[in-house]
Amino acid sequence: MQLIKTCTQVDMSTVTKIRKGLNINLIGEAEKVIKELKSDHFAVKPTDFIGVFPKMLVKEGDTVKTGTPLFIDKNRENIIFTAPVSGVIREIKRGAKRLLLEIKIDADGKDEYVDFKAEQPSSLSREQVIEKMRLSGVWPLIRQRPYSVIADPLAEPKSIFISTFDTSPLAPDNDLILHGQGEDFQTGLDALAKLTKGKVHLNIEAETTHSKVFTNSKNVQINQFSGPHPTGNVGVQINRLDPINKGEVVWYCYPQDVVTIGKLFRKGHYDATRVVALTGSEVLSPVYFRTRTGVAVEDLVKKNTTDVKKRYISGNVLTGKQVELDSYLGFYHNQLTVIPEGDYYEFLGWGMPGLKKFSVSRSFPAFLFRNRKYRLDTNLHGGDRALVMTGQYEKVFPFDIYPMQLIKAIMVEDIDLMENLGIYEVDEEDFALCEVIDTSKTNIQEIVRKGLDLMRKEMS
Amino acid sequence: MKLLRDFLDKQKPHFVKGGRFEKLHSTFDAFETFLFVPNKVTSSGAHIRDAIDMKRTMIIVVVALLPALIFGIWNVGYQHYLSQGLAYDFWPMFGFGLMKVLPIIIVSYVVGLGIEFAFAQVRHHEVNEGFLVSGMLIPLVMPPDVPLWMVAIATAFAVIIGKEVFGGTGMNILNPALTARAFLFFAYPSEMSGDLVWIAEKADAYSGATPLGHLLVGEVDKIPSDWAMFLGTIPGSIGETSTLAILLGAIILIATGVGSARIMFSVVAGGLVMGWLFNLWGANDYMNIPAYQHLIMGGFAFGTVFMATDPVSASQTGIGKYYYGFLIGMIAVLIRVFNPAYPEGMMLAILLMNVFAPLIDHYVIQSNIKKRLKRAKVAVKA
Repeated sequence: MQLIKTCTQVDMSTVTKIRKGLNINLIGEAEKVIKELKSDHFAVKPTDFIGVFPKMLVKEGDTVKTGTPLFIDKNRENIIFTAPVSGVIREIKRGAKRLLLEIKIDADGKDEYVDFKAEQPSSLSREQVIEKMRLSGVWPLIRQRPYSVIADPLAEPKSIFISTFDTSPLAPDNDLILHGQGEDFQTGLDALAKLTKGKVHLNIEAETTHSKVFTNSKNVQINQFSGPHPTGNVGVQINRLDPINKGEVVWYCYPQDVVTIGKLFRKGHYDATRVVALTGSEVLSPVYFRTRTGVAVEDLVKKNTTDVKKRYISGNVLTGKQVELDSYLGFYHNQLTVIPEGDYYEFLGWGMPGLKKFSVSRSFPAFLFRNRKYRLDTNLHGGDRALVMTGQYEKVFPFDIYPMQLIKAIMVEDIDLMENLGIYEVDEEDFALCEVIDTSKTNIQEIVRKGLDLMRKEMS
Repeated sequence: MKLLRDFLDKQKPHFVKGGRFEKLHSTFDAFETFLFVPNKVTSSGAHIRDAIDMKRTMIIVVVALLPALIFGIWNVGYQHYLSQGLAYDFWPMFGFGLMKVLPIIIVSYVVGLGIEFAFAQVRHHEVNEGFLVSGMLIPLVMPPDVPLWMVAIATAFAVIIGKEVFGGTGMNILNPALTARAFLFFAYPSEMSGDLVWIAEKADAYSGATPLGHLLVGEVDKIPSDWAMFLGTIPGSIGETSTLAILLGAIILIATGVGSARIMFSVVAGGLVMGWLFNLWGANDYMNIPAYQHLIMGGFAFGTVFMATDPVSASQTGIGKYYYGFLIGMIAVLIRVFNPAYPEGMMLAILLMNVFAPLIDHYVIQSNIKKRLKRAKVAVKA
C-alpha cells in the first residue's frame, strides 16, 4: 500500500505566465449572490458522456433514490450512472435512431439516498476508494486526457489536475461557489490523492484566487497561473506542468466535483447539489442558484429573460451545448448562458466600419476598446471558406503545437501525423478561441473532436 | 435596403435545390452574400464568432492596393506625355492613364471571376473572395501597353492552372497573380520586356528603359535619381513604380494585421544583405550599386508587400516565414545581378520560394515533432 501523502507543496514564488490567449468580455455576468432554486425537474443526458452507449437499468414509472443506478455503459460496464435526486422516472426520451437523449426524473421531495457508508478516504485502499465512487455514480465526474472521456477505473493516471479558476466568458466564480465547503473539498482531494502515485495538481489564479478553500488545501501540489483564457483550461495547465506523451493518461475534474466526492466520503451518499450560474446578456438579473446536477433549463430561467429570440447554452459561449427551453443542464456544466440569436442579414456588413463589432482582427476598431463589454449574438459573420489566413490561431493558442497543421492532419485523417503533431495534448475546448477568431469560419472544435474519436478508436 | 432584401428573399427559392435556377446557386449566393452578410448562425462549437470574414480581409488588401493603383494610373499618363515632350495638369494625365488601365482591370476581373464562378458552380462551393485581390494584382504587374487579349489569356492561365487544378482557393502552390505575370513573361517575352513596353504609346525617339533595363546593359549612370525611383515617376509596370505608394499599402496591411509584417521585413532584410554582400564583392558596376537601391527598383517593393505575403503560397509557420522572406530578398537580388536574361528577379524569386515554402514548413514542423518525441523518450526512461 502506498504511503499516505500529507505534505502540501505550495510553490508561491513561481507563477506560470501564459501570454497567448484572449479574454472575451461579455455583458451578463452573474451577481455574486447564491439563491436557492426550487425545482422538481431533473434529467441525466447520456449524450453528455463522450463515447458512452447506455444500457438502461430503469424504466419509465420506476421510483429511484439519489444514487440509484440508471444506466451503465455498454462498452465499459463498470461505469455506472445514478440518479441525482429521489423521485419517479417520468420519461425516457429518445431521438433519431432511438438515441437515448434524456432520462427525466420528477423529484418527490423525500430526499431519500442510497447509503454508501461514510468513511475517511485515508482509512481506505485505492481500490475501496474507486469502488465507492463507482457505485455511487460520482465516478463519471472524473475524466481523462486524452479524449476527455470518463476515466477508466482500472487504469492509473500519472497525475490528476484540478483547475480552480475558469477563464472562459462569464465563467462562474469558484471562490464564491466553494465558500464554506473547505472540509468537503479537502476530503475530496484526499480521495483523489489515493488514485495516483503522481501528484494532484491544484491550480489557482495567481491574483484572483483568494479563497482559503483553495490556498490552504493539503495533500496536493498548488500551482499558480496567470494569463488570459484558455489559461483556466486544464489542457493548458497539463501542457505546462506535466505534458501528456503517447500512452500516458492524466485525470481531471472540476472544483465542485471535488466537493461532491468529498461529501460522498463524509456523508456516505451521492449529493448532486451544484451551484449554477445563470449568465448572458439576455438574462434580466444574472445570479447564482444552488440546485442539482441536470436541472431543468426552464426552472433556471423562469421569467428572467428578455423578449428577443434567444439561444440557451448549457455551459459557456465557447464550448457549451445549445439546449432548448424544455431541456436540462449538462452533467459537466455549472453555467447556463442566454444570448440573442443572430439570424439577421446585414447590408454590406463586411465593408462597414463596424464600430461596435467584436473582433480580434485590427481590421475593425474593436482593438482600440480593450475593456469594452459586448452583447454578442450567434451570427457567423460570414460564410465557410477555405483555410487561407495563417498565423491567426497561434495568437490565441498557448500550446507548443502547430494548430492549423494539426487541424489539416485531422481533416485528412492522417493518424501518424496527428499523433506527431500532439493530438494527445489537446481537447476541443482548447481550440475554441481559434474557432471564434477564424476568418474562414471553420467549425474547428467539431474537427478536433472527430480527430480525438478517431485516435481513440485507433488506439483501442 | 429593405426593398433589396425583400427582392432577394423572393428570388432565393429559385436558386435553392429544386428551384428553376438551381444550377446557378453559387452565383446567386456570391451576389447575395456580397450585398448582405448572411443570416447564418453558429451550428456547432463556439456560439459566438469574430466579425472578421474573408470578404473583409480581402477588401482590406484591395484598399491597400489603391495608392499604388491611383499613382500607377497617373504615372501611365505622365510617362506617356513625358515621352512626347508634353506637360499637362494632373487630370489629363490621370485621364489618359485611366483609359489605359481601366480596360486591363475590367478584363482581369471579368475573365478571372467568370472562371471562379464556373468552378464554384461545378464544385457546389461558395465563391471564394481570393480573386478580388488577384484580379487587382494582375493589372498592377502588367506593362501599360499590354494587349488586352494577353491579359485575358494570362488571367485564365493563372486561375485555371495556377489555382483551380490544385483544388481552388487555399490549395494553390504558386501565387496566382505572379503566375499570370510569369506566363506572359515566358510566352510573349518581346511584349513583356525590353525598352518599348513600359510607356504607353511612347514617342519613338524617347528611351523607355526601366532602371533595371539600364542596369542590365551596364548603364549605371543612366538610372534615375533615388528620389524619382522612390516616388515612382519612372517607366515600369503599372503599379510597381512607386515605392512610396506601396509603402502606404504596407502600412495598411501591417496596421490591420492582414499582411504578414514578418515576411515583409525579412524580404527587405534579405535584399539588403545580398546587396551588401555584392558591394563587398564588387566585381562589376551592378554589384556596386548601393544595397538600398534594390528595394526601390523594379518590382521589389511591390513583390515584398503584396506578392510574398500571400498567405496561401507563403510559408505557413511563424519561423518559416522568416526563412521564406529572407530567401526571397536574397534570391531576387541574386537573379537581378547574375542573370542578364531575367532583369526582374523578384517575380522569379517569389515563385521559386512559393515552391519551397512547404519544404521550409516541413522542417519547422519536424523540429516540433522531434521535440515531442524526445520528451516522450525522457518520460519513458524516468
